[in-house]
Amino acid sequence: MRKIAISDGDIQVSTRQLPPEGPEPKPITPAAKDWMLFLGFAATVLTMPIWLQPLGAAYPDLLQKFAIFGIFAIGFNILFGLTGYLSFGHAAFLGVGSYAAVWSFKLFTMNVLPAMLLGVLVAGLFALLIGFISLRRAGIYFSILTLAFAQMSYNLAYSVLTPITNGETGLQLRGNDPRYIDRAFGVESVGLPQTNLFGIDMSGYPGFYFCAAVLIVMFLIAMRIFRSPYGLKLRAIKSNQNRMAYTGFNTRPYLLGAFVISGMYAGIAGALLAVTDPLAGAERMQWTASGEVVLMTILGGAGTLIGPFLGATIIKYFENIFSALNEAELASAFSFLPPPLQEFAVTIVNPFVGEGWHLTLGVIFMVIVIFLPGGLVEGFRRIGRLFRGRSGKRTASQAEVQPAE
Amino acid sequence: MDAILLQVLNGLDKGGAYALIALGLTLVFGTLGVVNFAHGALFMLGAFCAVALNEALTWEIVTVDPTRTTAWGTPLEVRQPYLEAQFGDFGAFLVDFSVPLAILVAIPFMLLVGVIMERGLVRFFYKRPHAEQILVTFGLAIVLQEIIKSVFGANPIPQGAPDMVAGSADIGAWFGMAGSIIYPWWRIVYFLFSVLIIGIVFAFLNFTTYGMVVRAGMQDRETVGFLGINIQRRFTIVFGIAAVVAGLAGVMYTPILPPDYHLGMDFLVLSFVVVVVGGMGSLSGAVLAGFLLGILQSFASMTEVKAILPGIDQIIIYLVAVIVLLVRPRGLMGRTGIMET
Amino acid sequence: MSTTDKTILTRRTLLRGTAAGATLLATPYFFTKGAYAQDFCNMPTGDTVTLGFNVPQTGAYADEGADELRAYQLAVKHLNGEGDGGMMNTMSPSALKGNGILGKKVAYVTGDTQTKSDAARASAKRMIEKDGAIMITGGSSSGVAIAVQGLCDEMGVIFMAGLTHSNDTTGKDKKRYGFRHFFNAYMSGQALGPILAEEFGSDRRAYHLTADYTWGWTQEESIKNATENLGWETVEAVRTPLGAGDFSQYITPVVNSGADVLILNHYGKDMVNSLTQAVQFGLREKQANGKNFEIVVPLFSRLMAQGAGEAIKGILGTTNWNWSLQDEASQAFVKSFGQEYGFPPSQAAHTCYVQTLLYANACETAGTFLPTEVISTLEGFEFDGMGNGPTLYRAEDHQCFKKVLVVRGNENPESQFDLLKVVKEVAREDVTYDPSIFGGELGPNVVKTC
Repeated sequence: MRKIAISDGDIQVSTRQLPPEGPEPKPITPAAKDWMLFLGFAATVLTMPIWLQPLGAAYPDLLQKFAIFGIFAIGFNILFGLTGYLSFGHAAFLGVGSYAAVWSFKLFTMNVLPAMLLGVLVAGLFALLIGFISLRRAGIYFSILTLAFAQMSYNLAYSVLTPITNGETGLQLRGNDPRYIDRAFGVESVGLPQTNLFGIDMSGYPGFYFCAAVLIVMFLIAMRIFRSPYGLKLRAIKSNQNRMAYTGFNTRPYLLGAFVISGMYAGIAGALLAVTDPLAGAERMQWTASGEVVLMTILGGAGTLIGPFLGATIIKYFENIFSALNEAELASAFSFLPPPLQEFAVTIVNPFVGEGWHLTLGVIFMVIVIFLPGGLVEGFRRIGRLFRGRSGKRTASQAEVQPAE
Repeated sequence: MDAILLQVLNGLDKGGAYALIALGLTLVFGTLGVVNFAHGALFMLGAFCAVALNEALTWEIVTVDPTRTTAWGTPLEVRQPYLEAQFGDFGAFLVDFSVPLAILVAIPFMLLVGVIMERGLVRFFYKRPHAEQILVTFGLAIVLQEIIKSVFGANPIPQGAPDMVAGSADIGAWFGMAGSIIYPWWRIVYFLFSVLIIGIVFAFLNFTTYGMVVRAGMQDRETVGFLGINIQRRFTIVFGIAAVVAGLAGVMYTPILPPDYHLGMDFLVLSFVVVVVGGMGSLSGAVLAGFLLGILQSFASMTEVKAILPGIDQIIIYLVAVIVLLVRPRGLMGRTGIMET
Repeated sequence: MSTTDKTILTRRTLLRGTAAGATLLATPYFFTKGAYAQDFCNMPTGDTVTLGFNVPQTGAYADEGADELRAYQLAVKHLNGEGDGGMMNTMSPSALKGNGILGKKVAYVTGDTQTKSDAARASAKRMIEKDGAIMITGGSSSGVAIAVQGLCDEMGVIFMAGLTHSNDTTGKDKKRYGFRHFFNAYMSGQALGPILAEEFGSDRRAYHLTADYTWGWTQEESIKNATENLGWETVEAVRTPLGAGDFSQYITPVVNSGADVLILNHYGKDMVNSLTQAVQFGLREKQANGKNFEIVVPLFSRLMAQGAGEAIKGILGTTNWNWSLQDEASQAFVKSFGQEYGFPPSQAAHTCYVQTLLYANACETAGTFLPTEVISTLEGFEFDGMGNGPTLYRAEDHQCFKKVLVVRGNENPESQFDLLKVVKEVAREDVTYDPSIFGGELGPNVVKTC
């Protein structure tokens, strides 16, 4: 962890090693740019309840999911975006983090901080173990190893490990849980207790702001890693591992570090899922869930800072809003059209919403990958370039410095 | 003894399916360098060729009988099977043999699907990173399965084997242990069928010049390209063959496992594990690993085994994958350097 | 027109009064929860009331989810006074007027559970937090139902469970805000046992194949207890992974195990697969211990049976309801559903339709949407004319007690829907049990703000 905590000076050093930039008309230092990005990100996240209102997404649960899966994807990106190692088993760390957090609620206290701490620790240890074994191989062999571990975790959690995981039903709180610490302080509640942060309930909007705060901190940490010499070494591994090895550089510890860090991110995300909704189910660990975070990252733009969060937001939006549209709602949405046209529009759109939202998602993946291999971030960059026009060529090449590739 | 023999048999038909799917997957891997996440969907499409043919053959003429009503008060619809009414015994024969007959439908259909997929989508991804190949083919798999779901619904649709092979064989009787080993004929047929298809594919690759070029391309695509051979077109055909093999595996599997739209995804992860265990890019490795994993999976499900290792049947496939990859880094029969990065 | 306005007005005043009273009673609790905008979670303020229909639209149970959704839409129609009224005409006692619920027009929102607890809870939360749903209903697997029920109880929104068969839903995981009309595994065992003895004798050796998750286990336990009480012996109970696909490696050991009955504790896709494969392995033609080998599927679903085709003929099982029932209520429902959609409803559709009507009726009877009052009204509610004969919503565990149908796969179906034949309607008394046997606690009946 020492490597993450670097000073601003380090950032300057690391950015100097990036491809040389031409003379700039307006000298903005990369560090200042990063801070602008960070502040912009924080402001965007914290104001989500306002600007997502017209999109129908401004309700606590979905906002929480945006933040939580944003953390998950940002963490995944530290491994995949920087090193190119494609893990298909990160959902296992998310699930383990959730289980650990719920157990902390059941055994110790309803306060969320110990739960998160336990979630991160357990997920980190689990990632250390799986990473240590899986990183002995590279490429698709690495992917299959992580996939195999995650599927084993899922299958066992669903069946044999039911005493720990409560299997299909999922691990839930019960009125008669021991909660030793809470009981020691004489905290009692009517019915099931709520998760809290020193008395503040972690459901609804307070829960969202808590997740958002964690997201912003995690974003900052990810940014620091990206800009650090450590991040640079990870990128070097991605671009040519053999060359790194020939120079006598042992890549394994660096990779393992990235793997564990991203596993801990997943653990935090899992713990936050339990914080906002104290139930942990096994299907969180299924390979499709691991696939989902891969999709989020690539959809938004792997190796970029903002991309993974963007991808996570879009996929969760589709899952929750598109799946809920039904024919009646479509009809009212198109009510501004004359009746025959309205009927036509409803017939056209209907297969893609409600039960057809998977279809929409599949089409979007294909379209994005075919036309925007760099993900949505690349799309925005292209649009930005378009606006800046031909004269903006220099700024465009400058923008190229940002992504990992 | 008979229990062990039975589990070997169980492993053989399951392994046959794994081997066929993995074979196509490896063919595409090895020649085109493409990680095809839609390969499971091809298996599913094949299975639905059988469903579609069966539905076409059992098409019914609906006449309304105004004298009788349904429980909800509308006139009763009387359904008359068209084929049997028109062609009598021959029609009944067609319906009975709809699954094997579906092979005739599946070969051209799957070839077409494969060629369209390769020309229309996959060829643009030869030079792209594996992650993007995975994403785009995964997206395609979702689209394909959603289309099937909207046409055929989400519930599984069982297909019957022809009557003459619908029952079970008393295999024990062949060894003088009558009654102890009963095994369904169709599963034996499936095993033989998979061996046949595997044999045809290997013969094609080993004994035809066409196949030799493809194999050479698997070894070293650039050199073959330098020789002035149009490797591009051959690769299109290879993709088509892989699709046909997956499709046929699907067609013949329908009497064993009633197909539903999600069938492809269920087999996708498994077949990837099989490919990796066998060794990336190794055709014989894929076949070997397919049967090996099928048999191991059967043994792990035995009560005696589960009593010692609870839950082993849930994880055996993945456990084997982990051990093989750690002990033999490139799978059972893989070559060095393939798909390492 | 003016008169209806007046009644609404008075009812609203009444509503406000009750809510205020409840608030007063629950004041200490309110202080801790910080109530501000509303008196209880999603109190309807406009002229509509929103119900949340949370069903699987993707995944293995999508077809059942679609049928459930049809039933819900039909129920909404009937509640709003459109259509022929269906079982609203046969239900007794009934306070329903066909003008919505408490004069408010019924609106609904839908969501996809994906048959995953997380997705189902997310979907239910959206309905509660965004769409203001006052009641959530749906589900087609026990894991999902229990997960959503827990969530609704936390948020103070009533949950009317759809298809969920596990003992746990109204047993160890029962909740004050959760209600189940569907029957459970224990009742299946109680109903099926005597019939099994009648058909197959009391000297049988049973082999269980059980889906390896909570529902499978509760059903295995219930059926095992019921059959062992008859004098049957359990040879072996083998757990199979969920979604195993090919069950051959589990079926082959059955052949030489010395068992003469195979009990398949599977549902959905697993049931279709294991049953067709067991038939392929010749188990039905087999002789064991000098008797015909038999297969039993304790929980049937007609939608899935449609899939199992030939294999299901002659197989015994139980079901909550079947469209072939001849009582007036069932006929009214089948007529209304069939005319709307062109085919008969499934048992999932039936239970969902009934649950919606029961909730609406409880609101009308209580004269308020206040959940605590609605809960009290539903607890111990005794009704008839909903297709299962006289039914009791037991107060102790929120489980409905009514007739259970023992059915057999129809040997000579008259249509593609005519798949199950009712063998016996087992009386309510025979399937009633002591609520304390499964443990669990309902929790307090208090108002919550979400």
